[in-house]
Amino acid sequence: MSSPVLLLSGVTREHRQGSSVVHALCGIDLAVHAGELVAVMGPSGSGKSTLLHIAGGLDTPTAGQVLVEDRDLATLSAAAGAAVRRRSVGYVFQDLNLLPSLSAVENVALPRELDGVRSRLARREAVKALEEVGVADLAHRFPDEMSGGQQQRVAIARALVGPRRLLLADEPTGALDSATGEEVLRVLRGRCEAGAAGVLVTHEARHAAWADRVVFLRDGVVVDQSGPIAGAESLLSTGGAA
Amino acid sequence: MSIRHGLLALLERGPSHGYQLRAEFDAATGETWPLNVGQVYTTLDRLARDGLVAQDGDPDSDGRIAYRITDEGRRELTSWFTSPVTRHGAPRDELAIKLALAVSTPGVDVVSVVQTQRAATMTSLQELTRLKTRADGDPGDLAWSLVLDHLLFRAEAEIRWLDHCETRVARAAARRGETPLTPAPAPAVAEAVPAGKRGRR
Ligand SMILES: Nc1ncnc2c1ncn2[C@@H]1O[C@H](COP(=O)(O)OP(=O)(O)OP(=O)(O)O)[C@@H](O)[C@H]1O
Ligand SMILES: [Mg+2]
Repeated sequence: MSSPVLLLSGVTREHRQGSSVVHALCGIDLAVHAGELVAVMGPSGSGKSTLLHIAGGLDTPTAGQVLVEDRDLATLSAAAGAAVRRRSVGYVFQDLNLLPSLSAVENVALPRELDGVRSRLARREAVKALEEVGVADLAHRFPDEMSGGQQQRVAIARALVGPRRLLLADEPTGALDSATGEEVLRVLRGRCEAGAAGVLVTHEARHAAWADRVVFLRDGVVVDQSGPIAGAESLLSTGGAA
Repeated sequence: MSIRHGLLALLERGPSHGYQLRAEFDAATGETWPLNVGQVYTTLDRLARDGLVAQDGDPDSDGRIAYRITDEGRRELTSWFTSPVTRHGAPRDELAIKLALAVSTPGVDVVSVVQTQRAATMTSLQELTRLKTRADGDPGDLAWSLVLDHLLFRAEAEIRWLDHCETRVARAAARRGETPLTPAPAPAVAEAVPAGKRGRR
């Protein structure tokens, strides 16, 4: 059985605020395999964004382990970590952070160019990714010349571009109308079916329903799951969440 | 669900007999409301008795009787389509009652009641989404696809309501949690609220 693309074991993240401690995550076990889309739901402040940041190596756990394609993010050098993040992981953040001085297609091509892909090819890939989310016609607009939902789709294209193995999306459908939101999920779902592993944070049950599994977080703890639990995952995960 | 009106609608397409009606009903609604053939025949008998359908010709070689819709039946069908469905749903909504009782019964972990339901509803929402993706691939299946939409929206609304309940329960608990710091006997006050509500009924 192949190992998961993303494996969190006993992941805890504490924030110290003077004398008090905020437990953003407490002992999270989660495995996401290639071909699988997992949704994370939970009330505001339950730790969803923290989980995604840690999964993508943008934040480090105060305890526990994060493996992305069998590599322990904590043991990688800064440069190697950055390379994993760029090559293997695609993110859509809650705040989109498109670079305002770059056009849509340049924003999408940037991570590939940073990766050493030749500019012509990176552009071609970028246009394809923009097409997938239905905004190819806006390729030459700048972020401030697009609506919120259009910017959101550009941010999604940026996460999808190139051969990403792990897709992490934090509320990717927030600014989209329901038909466009559904389109985006279809794209995300398609990528997972084509072999990527995906983690989707959402408040919308309708969108979470596209996932193979839905994980419910509350106060930094997984309280429940719905949907079939993959056989391999139950062998690997240490917590008996079933 | 009104089987009567369902059958009238199917007969509006043309005369048909029980087995065929059942098959057509299933085709239009998926397996959401499975009918057995007995229900179909009983309903046809009652419709015939009320003059809304009539026997169409003699039994066929297998002894099956076909029915057709009458003018009276057509009037009934039109009035069904043009009037809104009213839900005298409140007394039958077990979930709402369960939650109302959960918040007013001491010692019940309301949050876990909510979560248990949410996970179950989420699982059916996932299942419906899978069916819907399949149905959308088949453009001929509009009727079934719309029925699925209905079930999807309903499941989604239920989850939203559960989220809403959880937030409100958490807020109420936070309020109760804060008041003990004051000298007033806060828990007694908090208990008195549901009791007062019960007293009004
Ligand atoms: N830098 C920080 N310092 C202190 N506490 C933090 C910090 N970052 C996050 N937290 C706390 O960690 C908890 C989890 O935050 P997180 O952003 O993961 O929540 P979330 O589930 O994504 O919420 P939302 O749905 O509102 O986006 C919250 O209580 C938050 O206040
Ligand atoms: Mg968040």
